[in-house]
Amino acid sequence: MEVPGLGQAFALQVGRDMRLAFRHLGQLANPLMFFIMVTTLFPLALNPSPQLLEAIAPGVVWVAALLASLLASESLFRQDVDDGTMEQLALSPQPLALMLLAKTAAHWLMTGLPLVLVSPIVAYGLFLPQEAVPVTMGALALATPILSLIGGMMAALTVGLRRGGGLLSLLILPIAMPVLIFGARATDLAMTGLESVGAIYLLAALLLLAMSLSPFAMAAAMRISLD
Amino acid sequence: MLTPWFGWAAAILITAGTLGGLYLAPPDYQQGEGFRIIYVHVPSASMSMFVYVNMALAAAAGLIWRIKLAHAVAAAAAPIGASFTFLALATGSIWAKPMWGTWWVWDARLTSELVLLFLYFGYMALRAAIDDENRADRASALLAIIGLINIPIIKYSVEWWNTLHQPATISKMGKPAMDGDMLTWLLLNIFGFMCFFIAVLLIRARAEVIRRARDQKWLKQALGVA
Repeated sequence: MEVPGLGQAFALQVGRDMRLAFRHLGQLANPLMFFIMVTTLFPLALNPSPQLLEAIAPGVVWVAALLASLLASESLFRQDVDDGTMEQLALSPQPLALMLLAKTAAHWLMTGLPLVLVSPIVAYGLFLPQEAVPVTMGALALATPILSLIGGMMAALTVGLRRGGGLLSLLILPIAMPVLIFGARATDLAMTGLESVGAIYLLAALLLLAMSLSPFAMAAAMRISLD
Repeated sequence: MLTPWFGWAAAILITAGTLGGLYLAPPDYQQGEGFRIIYVHVPSASMSMFVYVNMALAAAAGLIWRIKLAHAVAAAAAPIGASFTFLALATGSIWAKPMWGTWWVWDARLTSELVLLFLYFGYMALRAAIDDENRADRASALLAIIGLINIPIIKYSVEWWNTLHQPATISKMGKPAMDGDMLTWLLLNIFGFMCFFIAVLLIRARAEVIRRARDQKWLKQALGVA
């Protein structure tokens, strides 16, 4: 049998995961709904004055995005491990790191990208100034894949455990803090009309670091969880 | 066998450093006598990071060369490191109350110390959540290594966040260069804390090894219960 090349295997894996995800659209929408609802809670819990909301908007948007991606990473590998697909992937001639990176990429396309796309609406609802919206979207587009990769590493570590949920957040949140800091800072700087490119560059650097190292950590973690 | 050596060294050094710091060192010209908590705060803060690095290195050695003893050492080190981190946070906030007028300030160093405490908790929680000893060792070792790579990133991101956020704290934090008399006692205490760590680590690691080998024949023979 012809063994597909690396690029082809990556594309096949992404395609498979996307198809599977599209057949369970309800599950897919959960993190997105969570993101929108959490941001709705703040005006209700505080008070809906535009000045107050504008002041807390960067923090609210970023914390909500972080929590939504935390929620999403729980289900990243669970199903494949349960039905044995992951064992097959681990045994396949393709490097496990690449296949897990493909799975994470598909996962980001289905859960991270929608967050980026709805963020302008959420930002508008929180009276974030117009000029900060493109920067926020760009920063979210860089930050959500980092969060997916961090989530992937920790999900791979905890996938075999019965009570993974609370533990997963304890593992992800400290590591994800720099992403939150840089992202919220980018929005904040753009709001006050300052140059936010520094924070964006730092997020891009973190993304490169995460993309180059975390697949190997994910693969090592998955092998530990599988045996 | 080495335990008493380090234990006694720790007892002597900490006694000397603490007494010297409390009675012999001159009072600070800005903070008066209040600064003396530094003799507990700084050694525990420096140990909190030192222990994490050691724990991660031991865990990495265990993961790479499959040394069970290294895993036992890492497992034994985690609670000690978490205790040092907690002590650093507690003494820091006790120090902050008279100096800054509040128990807690979102200062860069305090915040990264807090994140370090979360990293310790994550490590211990993961270890506790996995029943199989062998898997718990390897999974938590991987987590310790991921944490080790992230510590500098967290530290610098927090510093960057803080300098943009509230620069006033930094100038309040700006300590005058230390007087030689103060520094000697501080160094004594730092070395004392380190000896204390090694002594406690040896005791805990031995207990951990014995716990893991509780069903082994050699242990029962050594203890004469077989």
